[in-house]
Amino acid sequence: MKAFETFETPSAARVNYINAEYGLKSWLLTRDHKRIALLYLGSISFFFFIGGLYAMFIRLELLTPQGDLLASTTYNKVFTQHGIIMIFFFLIPSIPATLGNFLVPLMIGAKDLAFPRINLLSWYIYLLGGIITIYALLAGGVDTGWTFYAPYSTTFSNSYVIAAGLGIFVSGFSSILTGLNFIVTIHTMRAPGMTWFRLPLFIWAHYATSLVMILGTPVVAITILLLAFERVAHVGIFDPAAGGDPVLFQHLFWFYSHPAVYIMVLPSMGVVSELIANFSRKNIFGYKFVAFSSLAIAVFGFLVWGHHLFVASQSVYAGMIFSFLSFAVAIPSAIKVFNWTATLYKGSISYDTPMLYALGFIGLFTVGGMTGLFLAALAVDVHVSDTYFIVAHFHYIMVGGALFGYLGGLHYWWPKISGRMYPEGWGRFSALVIFVGFNLTFLPQFVAGYLGMPRRYHAYPPEFQVFNVLSSAGASILGVGFLIPMIYLVWSMRYGKLAEANPWHLPGLEWRTASPPPTENFLATPVVTWEAYEFAPVEEMRVIGKFRDEEV
Amino acid sequence: MAESHIATEHAASHPALQHHFENMEQQREAGALGMWVFLVTEIMFFGGMFLAYTLYRTKFPLEFASASNHLSLAMGTINTGVLIFSSFTMAFAVYSAQTGKQRAQVVSLVLTILLGLTFLGIKAVEYYDKYRDSLIPGRLFPGRPFNPAGVHLLPGADPRHVEMFYWIYFAMTGMHAVHMIIGVGVLSVITFFAARGRYGPEYHNPVEITGLYWHFVDIIWIFLFPLLYLLGRHLEHGG
Repeated sequence: MKAFETFETPSAARVNYINAEYGLKSWLLTRDHKRIALLYLGSISFFFFIGGLYAMFIRLELLTPQGDLLASTTYNKVFTQHGIIMIFFFLIPSIPATLGNFLVPLMIGAKDLAFPRINLLSWYIYLLGGIITIYALLAGGVDTGWTFYAPYSTTFSNSYVIAAGLGIFVSGFSSILTGLNFIVTIHTMRAPGMTWFRLPLFIWAHYATSLVMILGTPVVAITILLLAFERVAHVGIFDPAAGGDPVLFQHLFWFYSHPAVYIMVLPSMGVVSELIANFSRKNIFGYKFVAFSSLAIAVFGFLVWGHHLFVASQSVYAGMIFSFLSFAVAIPSAIKVFNWTATLYKGSISYDTPMLYALGFIGLFTVGGMTGLFLAALAVDVHVSDTYFIVAHFHYIMVGGALFGYLGGLHYWWPKISGRMYPEGWGRFSALVIFVGFNLTFLPQFVAGYLGMPRRYHAYPPEFQVFNVLSSAGASILGVGFLIPMIYLVWSMRYGKLAEANPWHLPGLEWRTASPPPTENFLATPVVTWEAYEFAPVEEMRVIGKFRDEEV
Repeated sequence: MAESHIATEHAASHPALQHHFENMEQQREAGALGMWVFLVTEIMFFGGMFLAYTLYRTKFPLEFASASNHLSLAMGTINTGVLIFSSFTMAFAVYSAQTGKQRAQVVSLVLTILLGLTFLGIKAVEYYDKYRDSLIPGRLFPGRPFNPAGVHLLPGADPRHVEMFYWIYFAMTGMHAVHMIIGVGVLSVITFFAARGRYGPEYHNPVEITGLYWHFVDIIWIFLFPLLYLLGRHLEHGG
């Protein structure tokens, strides 16, 4: 019976993945998916900070209608770099590379991802891409918008397009390798008894995300490569002056970059599925529907890119089809929202910090999704194209959706990752601050955009000032809201209360090993005999495997 | 019973078994699936260029046919034969590894590398011919800017759009050549280990997945050859 320790085991003196080895080399050459997740966590937090600084300059400039703080050319660079950093270096890797990397093997009962060396390689590739991009920013910046539209980017822009493009090209391969690793791991490394329909929904969401990563990313890679060649060699594959077609660039770019939105939000949906079920202490309503809706979103997501080209000379029939397909994506998304809501019904809900983020996600994602339908409607889209309405819409998905899921997940699994509890009071407080700050920032932008305020200008007509002042005020609250968790999470790594193996008393496999887990995750391969979200009485849930110091 | 929840630890049965896999079968399966997934990403990568090819060929059919006729059909055909034969030697190397025929394995791996190098050599000659005829697109070589004067134009073809064909030709065959060079590099490492007797009936997945990659690169060429070399030949010869 010694093989089973209850989850009450204290984790202070025990050997785990953090204290198993010391020294810089043990981190930089590690093949442990948990350590690589932490390497990613550090680096994406750094990029989030840089991207946030750019956002601050945008909101400061827009405080007044005059273009007074930043010259128009500087402003072009600031919003471009905000977009590039936040999308390619924060949001795309955010959940998959940190929480996904940490949890996919733990949740399916594997010792590691299928290719640990490739996993480490992906982090170095990400870092190399990041360094190249930072070089582009320091050397003089890039001003094309994160979309790199030709022929401005290929012919006319006088900024560091090639360096920035190369940074994105390189970092794309880290995304491809992460997706490849997840797909192979989920197919081949599941523990005995962990059938496909016993997988936590977090895993299903990551499987769907990985599909988008491996199918979409190579296309944007070749597109950016062609764009860079075009700039270097002065040939025209996209430049109309040389017989090329700039709309081809838009098609190729959005073929990846629309699905990329699903790379950002699908993992977040996976986190929210976990949070809603676990903090309602109920089996999720419609497990198979939630699982398959992730795949449906991934598949449909590839068929809607044309809604970015409604005003770009696309044929009206193509526009109608893309409009219809864009509406169709709402179906699997709504399935998720309805199933989460139904799960809450008669659940025994607790409002811990992660759950606050999850509930926030449902509301904000619904707003973001519904306004997405406005944009999918051909005529309305013509009216709001390139206005702040678009800006507000995609921030509701990317921040209100993706980032809320990321923060919720980070808090939820923090005891598992760090072995310490975060301060609950501060957690709830900052979740609230972020929710208020976020809505104050972006809700007025819907109105300003609908009334006609265009995006990407440093000056605007004075009648829009009230919305922009509200938005900038909200942004400063939001900024404070982000700083609080940054501080207390770092603080808690040393001073937080020691976490039990299973602080939330949940059935998932990741909670049945110690906090933090040993390097091998489970000292013996677990055999899964329970369904996902099967809430047994607490005393029946046991930690699997022995701890190393108790063996000796 | 508590113990029933714990599967038996498999003793490491083979020195090549990595610590996080349960057994050789799982490791082999993961490796093969990983390569297949990687090849899917490669298809998408080349897919972008195939799309551009399709678009511009439709837009400039006569210019594409004229420029295509200037390529060396003989060298393209020989290279196609070379690659198909190298696929055979590669497949034979995998078969020899699986059946434990050490000498045949090394010989066919070396043959595969030599055939790959032959392909690259012929490709280099072709590229040089284009350079000589000032058909490198754009202004990469300041002394020899692109000049379509040497291309025999079909009636109605616009010389300004001949460059588009060469741009796509160099992008696609260049990217293919990069993959060939990577393939030759990987094969050299595999051959080195094969010569030291590392692969046999129990453990041969590195040979197998390198083979998958090699066949994939060949298949890309099988598509490139007709699309780039055989275009509108009948127009040139009054067919």
